[in-house]
Amino acid sequence: MEETLKIVVLVKHVPDAQFDRHITGPDNTTDRDESILSELDEYALEAALQLAEERGGPKAGNEVIALSMGPSGAVNAVKKSLQIGAYSGVHLSDEALAGSDAAATSLALAAAIEHLSADGRPVDLVLTGMASTDGETSLVPAQLAERLSYPQVTFASSLEVSGGQVRARRDAGHFSETVEAGLPAVVSVTDQINEPRYPNFKGILAAKKKKIASLTLSDIGLDPSQVGLAGSWTVVESADARPPRTAGTIITDEGDAGIKLVDFLAAQKLL
Amino acid sequence: MANALVFIDNPGAALKKSSLELLTIARSLGETAVAITGELTDDVAATLGAYGASAVYQPSLANLDEYLVGPKAAYLAAAVDASGATAVLLDNSPEGKEIAGRLGIKLSAGVITDVVGVEADGTAHKSVLAGSYTTTAKATTPVTVLSVKANNVEPAPVGATAVPTTTTVDVPADAAANSARIAARTEKPVSGRPDLSEARIVVAGGRGVDGDFGPLEELADALGAAVGASRAATDAGWIGHDAQVGQTGVTVSPQLYISAGISGAIQQKAGMQTSKVIVAINKDAESPVFEIADYGIIGDLFKVLPQATAEIKKRKG
Repeated sequence: MEETLKIVVLVKHVPDAQFDRHITGPDNTTDRDESILSELDEYALEAALQLAEERGGPKAGNEVIALSMGPSGAVNAVKKSLQIGAYSGVHLSDEALAGSDAAATSLALAAAIEHLSADGRPVDLVLTGMASTDGETSLVPAQLAERLSYPQVTFASSLEVSGGQVRARRDAGHFSETVEAGLPAVVSVTDQINEPRYPNFKGILAAKKKKIASLTLSDIGLDPSQVGLAGSWTVVESADARPPRTAGTIITDEGDAGIKLVDFLAAQKLL
Repeated sequence: MANALVFIDNPGAALKKSSLELLTIARSLGETAVAITGELTDDVAATLGAYGASAVYQPSLANLDEYLVGPKAAYLAAAVDASGATAVLLDNSPEGKEIAGRLGIKLSAGVITDVVGVEADGTAHKSVLAGSYTTTAKATTPVTVLSVKANNVEPAPVGATAVPTTTTVDVPADAAANSARIAARTEKPVSGRPDLSEARIVVAGGRGVDGDFGPLEELADALGAAVGASRAATDAGWIGHDAQVGQTGVTVSPQLYISAGISGAIQQKAGMQTSKVIVAINKDAESPVFEIADYGIIGDLFKVLPQATAEIKKRKG
């Protein structure tokens, strides 16, 4: 039997990309009214559950903790994760966190992970999706790893853990790579790594009995000035909705559409 | 004392266009230095000079490529110190962004990614929420770290050229201590086509291609374009996952995007809607892609594309 693992999965509550998304307010922050669990985080959760199940699941002492940072609605990302199968949940929420950029977010998440390690059992692995579907900066996993002094393995399309080592395959850019890192580590996984499970009726019922711990800044030892807009190192000065694209010329092929297309490209100086 | 430091990872035998773009932007911010990894050839040194770089930094260790991100960020932090730069520019590749992220924490510097333009005072322009908003952002810290998307400025050399000075920067001994090591690396087969993320023209196919990317590849080659695909096409295994354009794949912003047999679901749209000109070919007149296309053709891609390819070849002689 492999060693048991304590895994934290970062889950984010993001505006549903199926609908129009908006930036609002004087601080140009994203409107999260219509939000869901970031689709890309489901792959990270699935990877965590598979690693834990290979090792005997919760009974053997494995932990899969869904951690979300955000306003009250973010607890929904944790609840959904518990329904899918996470063993317990943590919701880090504090008014002072609003408007945090990646640097401030990574500071708060690093402090939360250190807090979760303080019960005598250190976190072994932090799993994230390949990006959030809203901020899209992909900075948080790298900045979190830097703050925790953990190695980072990003864009993993396969993941094995044994003997205190992470081994992952990456297909970034022009190379296919096999990378190795010692635990504890931050690993982000792609949407190629697995097929996430759906919550079933049993899972939804079981989730009601699972624990969600609420953490505030003082619980994790941070001062409000270190996070939120005050603790961010970047400021969004303006945000303008891009004028929606409008439909142009639409033609129906009458046997010469290929030629007409080339005429169009020539007129646009694109040849 | 430089104002801007450009990071170029393994320049190889000749600088990529995206690197020349970074140098052109850096020059608009002031005195420019460059930090490279890997070998510096005479040709590359001369090109760096021609694009206004006055100093080139190289790492004291040659094995940075054996690790992911961490040691390169440590080296770059040392190069920022050595150069005195207040703005650091990197490419917007996944690795570029991760190096930027770790560098930002090391230097307590604000990081702005996906930048499409930079003003002289360091204010960055970017597009967010899949191109539905454009924002201006600024770092509030002494040093600003920017990862800049390709194809947003025309590379321009300076008139006078001087060969830049070269300086070796000490990489901290513990730089690799907490980094993932690359155990094996294989180069993927090269298509000979431009990189999807940097291509001036992209020809992309979806479900309607029905397993045959041949007509798209022929059109792409006639136009000097990259080939992309929707998630439906990559999930079906018709083309490699690397070709996927969209929210979970590559985001492209080319001069011309030709969409063939793609319905244009929001996932796809997120990856291409900032393209300058969008052309769509689809059999289904109700496809959402026609709502955003500058030129739409309701028709069979297996007829329209080969006809267009033949016509382009004819006109180009």
